[in-house]
Amino acid sequence: MTFGLQTAAYIAASVLFILALGGLSGQESAKRAVWYGIVGMAIAVLATVASPAVGLSAWLVVALVIGAGLGAVLAQRVEMTGMPQLVAMLHSFVGLAAVLIGINSDLAPHHLAGAEKTIHEVEIFLGVFIGAVTFTGSIVAYGKLAGRLSGKATILPGRHLWNLAALVLSILLMALYMGGSGSWTLYLMTLIAFVIGAHLVMAIGGADMPVVVSMLNSYSGWAAAATGFLLGNDLLIVTGALVGSSGAILSYIMCKAMNRSFISVILGGFGGAKGPAMEIAGEMVAIDTDGVAAALNDAESVIIVPGYGMAVAQAQQSVSELTRKLRAAGKTVRFGIHPVAGRLPGHMNVLLAEAKVPYDIVLEMDEINDDFPSTDVSIVIGSNDIVNPAAQEDPNSPIAGMPVLEVWKAKTVIVMKRGQGTGYSGIENPLFYKENCRMFYGDAKKSLDELLPKIG
Amino acid sequence: MKIGAPKEVFAGEARVAMTPDSAVQLKKLGYDCAIEAGAGAAAGFSDAAYAAAGVEVLPTAEALWSGCDVVAKVRGPEPAEADRLRKGQTLVSFFYPAQNADLLEQCKARGANVIAMDMVPRISRAQKMDALSSMANIAGYRAVIEAANNFGRFFTGQVTAAGKVPPAKVLVVGAGVAGLAAIGAATSLGAIVYAFDVRPEVAEQIESMGANFVFLEFEPAQDGAATGGYAAPSSPEFREKQLAKFRELAPEMDIVITTALIPGRPAPKLWLADMVAMMKRGSVIVDLAAERGGNCDLTVPDQKIVTDNGVTVVGYTDFPSRMAAQASSLYSTNIRHMMTDLTPKKDGVIVHNMEDDVIRGATVTFDGAITFPPPPPKIAAIAAAKPKPKPKEPTPAEKRAAEMAAFRSQTRTQVGALVIGGILMALVGYSAPEAFLGHFIVFVLSVFIGFQVIWNVSHSLHTPLMAVTNAISGIIVLGALLQIGSGGWLIAVLASVAVLIATINIVGGFMVTRRMLQMFQKS
Repeated sequence: MTFGLQTAAYIAASVLFILALGGLSGQESAKRAVWYGIVGMAIAVLATVASPAVGLSAWLVVALVIGAGLGAVLAQRVEMTGMPQLVAMLHSFVGLAAVLIGINSDLAPHHLAGAEKTIHEVEIFLGVFIGAVTFTGSIVAYGKLAGRLSGKATILPGRHLWNLAALVLSILLMALYMGGSGSWTLYLMTLIAFVIGAHLVMAIGGADMPVVVSMLNSYSGWAAAATGFLLGNDLLIVTGALVGSSGAILSYIMCKAMNRSFISVILGGFGGAKGPAMEIAGEMVAIDTDGVAAALNDAESVIIVPGYGMAVAQAQQSVSELTRKLRAAGKTVRFGIHPVAGRLPGHMNVLLAEAKVPYDIVLEMDEINDDFPSTDVSIVIGSNDIVNPAAQEDPNSPIAGMPVLEVWKAKTVIVMKRGQGTGYSGIENPLFYKENCRMFYGDAKKSLDELLPKIG
Repeated sequence: MKIGAPKEVFAGEARVAMTPDSAVQLKKLGYDCAIEAGAGAAAGFSDAAYAAAGVEVLPTAEALWSGCDVVAKVRGPEPAEADRLRKGQTLVSFFYPAQNADLLEQCKARGANVIAMDMVPRISRAQKMDALSSMANIAGYRAVIEAANNFGRFFTGQVTAAGKVPPAKVLVVGAGVAGLAAIGAATSLGAIVYAFDVRPEVAEQIESMGANFVFLEFEPAQDGAATGGYAAPSSPEFREKQLAKFRELAPEMDIVITTALIPGRPAPKLWLADMVAMMKRGSVIVDLAAERGGNCDLTVPDQKIVTDNGVTVVGYTDFPSRMAAQASSLYSTNIRHMMTDLTPKKDGVIVHNMEDDVIRGATVTFDGAITFPPPPPKIAAIAAAKPKPKPKEPTPAEKRAAEMAAFRSQTRTQVGALVIGGILMALVGYSAPEAFLGHFIVFVLSVFIGFQVIWNVSHSLHTPLMAVTNAISGIIVLGALLQIGSGGWLIAVLASVAVLIATINIVGGFMVTRRMLQMFQKS
């Protein structure tokens, strides 16, 4: 295959990738768009393999077959609640590949000089650095999401200093590398970058994970772009840039939904309270299954607000069944999804889709917030901070100004919760003390299954 | 312990402090329940119904008072009943300790612990045992029914073949619990309802019930809300304004329902004789404050009178008792909630915790001592109305200036970013070789395209977006492919590993995306 033909194939692949991402603007067009992506990828890989520079070798075929097999198994086996882990794991692969390719470029002989040599070395160094941070960061994120590591933020004393020192050291090593000190500087930097990645993600936990995952998504894109520069391959650059900006936008959306700056999420921890929290009057009033059933049977319109707790309890099927029954009884049932609900951007939508909740009744926060006052019952399942009225009412609250779902404006609020604890942020939720709020304690799935026979 | 309810001895009192339903709940708290024979008859609960709920039916009051550790009543005890109290026995009933000092003294002397249901503090936590509110709610509803009964016309407006009927106009004075209940009942009958209250912060509640708030311009702002959710007396100037407003409204109103009470004082006179004289023939006044002297000059407690100009003035004081079944079931539930708070372990043993705000507030005699009045409640019932700062309307010139300033600052940031970007570009262009710049153009444009495309992605598809970007970032496989044959065995091994894991990404990412997208179904 000639160089011209290969370039044409790469252009086609770039266009198809852009179409694949653009198609995600709607559920129906997305189903078509994913095929554009697959075709684009096939064209790109075939064009590369067919080029005279590569040629089919046994190594290659074995690697491709094993990789494809593993990928297929992973994709078939994964539970929808396990999507965050899978996504994190796939990020780590891109990071590792970037590291390997960078090191290979260092190993391979080249005949560059002057500015070209400098740029080549900077590219190697940057590619490996971003790849290494992505790799260990994603591994740690995977461990946290899969529950292998503690989900809490682990904060070492003086951690900002550690990060800064590691960064400065890496820059020094880059200077040495470019000065011709040899490959050991690259390997040492790789190790340091591994530590930075792990340490960075270690310090972030819980509800901040969606930001971490989308940030790693972005990094994996930049790593691919850096590799593209390194190899002078425009398709890699285009794809890397697309993925990188996609992850950056997702991070931005998540941060905005928490009313926090990207830096404050990444550097970790909630800001200290600016003053004494507003005093909460009233008490939490519990409700039993019969009470919930009566409230739902009397209601005409219901809005369900799911959170990470629903995923933990694996309650989405029961929620779907409840929805079906209520809709069969002629009631309006809708879902309100906060952008940071769950551990992955859009996590709740996927869980509900898996449980066969039709997507046209699953609405975004901005679409549904005005409808709460005309709603009879809102049900909060396993979410806390995203329905906390303190964000609007208490200027001293650590989450003041964060956009929240205004569930308390419904006539009755039913909160399904395991116990009386606070949410991820550790802030008291005045919602639970509101007069129109009833607490329905217990495991979400069990409670819902007990509730189902009494509906209708 | 055993909890019992005797038959009410007050003439005409039809309510009862325990119903079969509440007894079932009390038994869950670990109590044995007893009732005097015939106690529920006037409220529609037969002895058989009690027995079926597992309540012991005792033949005489004597047996009940002596056999129970806790006695629940509606009305406060008559002196004869108070004489039956014994040391350590608990009495739960309405009591009005401020008006009944002698009775209080008598109960103290007997050594009984008395919990006055009328003294439950008005805080959110205690709402479920707020019997005054329960009874006021019924009174408000019943007042409208009585008014309708004595009003010879429809409440709702109608256009019929036989002519047009205008809707009745109802004025509710005092928007406490009774007032709000009256507003609710009157609006649901179809009347046009106006409501007045000295506390400006209840305007929102009035409007939420579908009535029009009668607004009184008065400076300085009169704050009629005292602690504890009740109204406080108002200044003479305010009162004059208020009466003038009522005089203005009187000729138009068909029904007037007055509910104004100030704790511990006679009811304020708000509907004077001259206002009654101004009203139309056939109009009705229902005075819910009759027991405390009435808000209307002409009210005769416990009676219904018709004035010379044909206005009916209803002064009944027993509205809750007139709906005995409803009143009993609400009141008995209030009692049951009080017992729940008194029985933290649900073992049928009273723990009279005087540290608890609600229990402390309601207890008027304890352990041989009078504990009335209680310390004032700490929490205000309704948050005081915040002064509404009027947003200053900016003049057109100011608006223009603000817009210009915003535009200028925006231009400044954008131009600044472009200039900095331009300088950086120039630096790169100056030092970097041509080949790099070609790639750099591709990179910058791709980032821009990425931003444009991703902004349009639906929020609900963010997870598939991440999966698909996972898949396409597997394009890094190209790098490994190009390296695989370009060097020694080490390079080949590393490159093969890279190909392997990148392929996992490609295949896994696309397949899982497809799987997810298949699940999104329209209803």
